[in-house]
Amino acid sequence: MFKTLLSTLNIIRSFWSTGLASELEYKFNFYFEIIAVIGNLIGSLFVLSLFYSPGATLGGWTWSNALIVLGIHTFLDGITISILQPNLSRIVRHVQLGTLDFVLLKPIDAQLWVSLRMFSPWGIPSMITGFLLIIYSLISSTYALRVSTLIVGILMLTCSFLILYSLWFLIASTSIWFVKVWNATEVLRSLLVAGRYPVSAYSAPLRTIFTFVLPVAFLTTVPAEAILGTSTGIMILSSVSISIVFFVISRYFWRYALRFYTSASS
Amino acid sequence: MAIITVKDLRKNFRVSVKRPGLSGSLKNFFNRKTILVEAVKGVTFKVSQGEMVGFIGPNGAGKTTTLKMLCGLVHPSGGELLVAGHKPQSRNTSFLKDITLVMGQKQQLIWDLPPLDSFYVNAAVYGLNKQEASKRIDELAAMLELNDELVRPVRKLSLGQRMKAELLAALLHRPSILFLDEPTLGLDVNAQSKVREFLSKYNKRYGATILLTSHYMADITSLCSRVLLIHQGSLFHDGSLDELTLKLSPYRAVRIELKEPQPKGLFVNYGQLEEFNGCLVRLLIPRETLTDSITSILNNFPVKDLEVCDPPVEELIGNLFKNPNY
Repeated sequence: MFKTLLSTLNIIRSFWSTGLASELEYKFNFYFEIIAVIGNLIGSLFVLSLFYSPGATLGGWTWSNALIVLGIHTFLDGITISILQPNLSRIVRHVQLGTLDFVLLKPIDAQLWVSLRMFSPWGIPSMITGFLLIIYSLISSTYALRVSTLIVGILMLTCSFLILYSLWFLIASTSIWFVKVWNATEVLRSLLVAGRYPVSAYSAPLRTIFTFVLPVAFLTTVPAEAILGTSTGIMILSSVSISIVFFVISRYFWRYALRFYTSASS
Repeated sequence: MAIITVKDLRKNFRVSVKRPGLSGSLKNFFNRKTILVEAVKGVTFKVSQGEMVGFIGPNGAGKTTTLKMLCGLVHPSGGELLVAGHKPQSRNTSFLKDITLVMGQKQQLIWDLPPLDSFYVNAAVYGLNKQEASKRIDELAAMLELNDELVRPVRKLSLGQRMKAELLAALLHRPSILFLDEPTLGLDVNAQSKVREFLSKYNKRYGATILLTSHYMADITSLCSRVLLIHQGSLFHDGSLDELTLKLSPYRAVRIELKEPQPKGLFVNYGQLEEFNGCLVRLLIPRETLTDSITSILNNFPVKDLEVCDPPVEELIGNLFKNPNY
C-alpha cells in the first residue's frame, strides 16, 4: 500500500516536472497570465465593492467575509488553470487523435494519468492571490481563526475541488462518444465563476438551484463558512458525501465509457 | 508454444451515415442513422513465441482493428482471444507490462521536450529506477544509433529520428510482444531499412514476438517469414509469402528480349500479354503450360534473352484488392 503510494507520487512528480518543463518553453505566456490574473481580480473586487457601502452586508455577509469567498474562488480558479484545464481538456484531444491508446496501454490507472498528466504553472499566481486574499480578509475582520475551523475549512476545500473535478471529468469522459465536448467543459468554468460571491447573495430561486441542482454553494460558500465557523453540520456532511458520490460516479462512468472507446482509425 | 491464440475473432462497429450538405447534417443531428459494419468477421490464427508475423491487407481490411483487439484497446464483439495468457481487454497490469504498441501515425513523445524526458516518464510509469532506466536507454540508443538526438526537443527531430525515439520509448520496459502498426510510415528508404534492421536485431536479442502491419512490402519480405493477409475482415492467407504468391498467381511472368521486332499477334496464344514493344515482350503464362510455351518460343523466335520470374507480390495483392469477389 505504502509502496504503491510512493511509486504513484514518483510518477506524478515525473509527470509534473515534464509538464512544467514543456510550459516553460513558452516564457511569454507567463507574463500574460499574470496580467490576466490581476485584471480578473480587480474586476471581481470592483463588482463586489459596488454592493458594499460602509457597514452594509451582502446576503448577510460582511465585506471581509465575502472576500474569503472571493479568495477561495480565486484559489480554486488557480487549481483549475494548473491542473483541471490542461489535463481534462486533453482528454478530448486524446480521443480525437487516438493517442488515448498510449495511455490505456500503460500499466497505471488511466484516470490518474489523464487527470494528473500535466501541470501548468499559469495557475500559481491565482492560487497565491487567492491565498493572500483569504489571509487578508481574516486579518482585517475581527474574527479569530480557530484550528478546528481551519481543518474543517481545508476539508471542505478538498471536497469542493473533488466535486469540481468529478463533474468536469464526467463531462470530459463523454468525449469518448461525442468526441467534441469543448463547450460542455466551459460550462463548468462558468459554474465556478458563479461561486465568486456568497450563494446567499443571489435571489432565492438561483440560490436553490446553486445548492440543490448545481453544486455552486459547495464550491466556495461552504468552505468559506467552514473557515468562519458558521457552517452547519448538515452542510459539512452533505459536502463530504456529495464529493464522494461524484468521485465514485466519475470512476465508474470512465470505466464504462472506455468500453465504447474505438480509438481513432489510422 | 503459442503466445497468441485467436479463435473466430469478430468486431462490429456502429457507424453513423450522413447525407451530404447542411440539411443532411441537420437531419443527422436530430435523427442519427447508423449502420452495422463488420470490420472483422471470424479470424482464427496462432502465433508462437519469437515469431515475426506480418499483417497485410488494404486500408480498411481490418488489420488495425485486429491489432487493437490483440493489445486490448478494442473490445471484441465475439470470439476468443488469449495473449501471453491474458484476456487483452481486461488490460491487467502484468499483461500491459508484457506488450507494447507502436503506431507510425501517432506519437507518445512529448512534443516540446527532448525524448529523454519522455523516456524517464515511461520509466517511472513502468516502475524502473533511474539506473536501470538509463542502462536500458543506453543499450537501445546504441542499437538504434541515436546519440545527441536524445537531448534535442522532439519537434526539432526528423521523422526518422522521431520514429527511432518512439521505438525506444515503447521498448524501455522490455516487452515480449510488440504490436507495430505501420512503423515505417512516411520514412525514406534509408530510415526504413534502419528500422527494419533494428526490429530484426531486437527480435533476435530478446526473443520477442513481433506482429506488424505495413503497406511497404519490403518491410514484410525482409522481416516476416509468415504473413497473414486480411481481406474484407477475413483471413485470406496464413503462411509464407511464397505460398501466397503461388495461391494468388497461377501464372509466371516471362520476359523475352528479341533480336528483331515481331508482330504482336504471334504471342497472344501463349498467355496474357502484359507489355509489348516489338523487341520486348512480357507475358503471364499459366504454370502448367510454362515449359511447353517456352520451348515453343525458343524454337520459333529469334530470342536474345529470356527470363522467368514470379510476378511482383505487390502487383498480385493489388489485383486481389481490386477484385472484390475474390
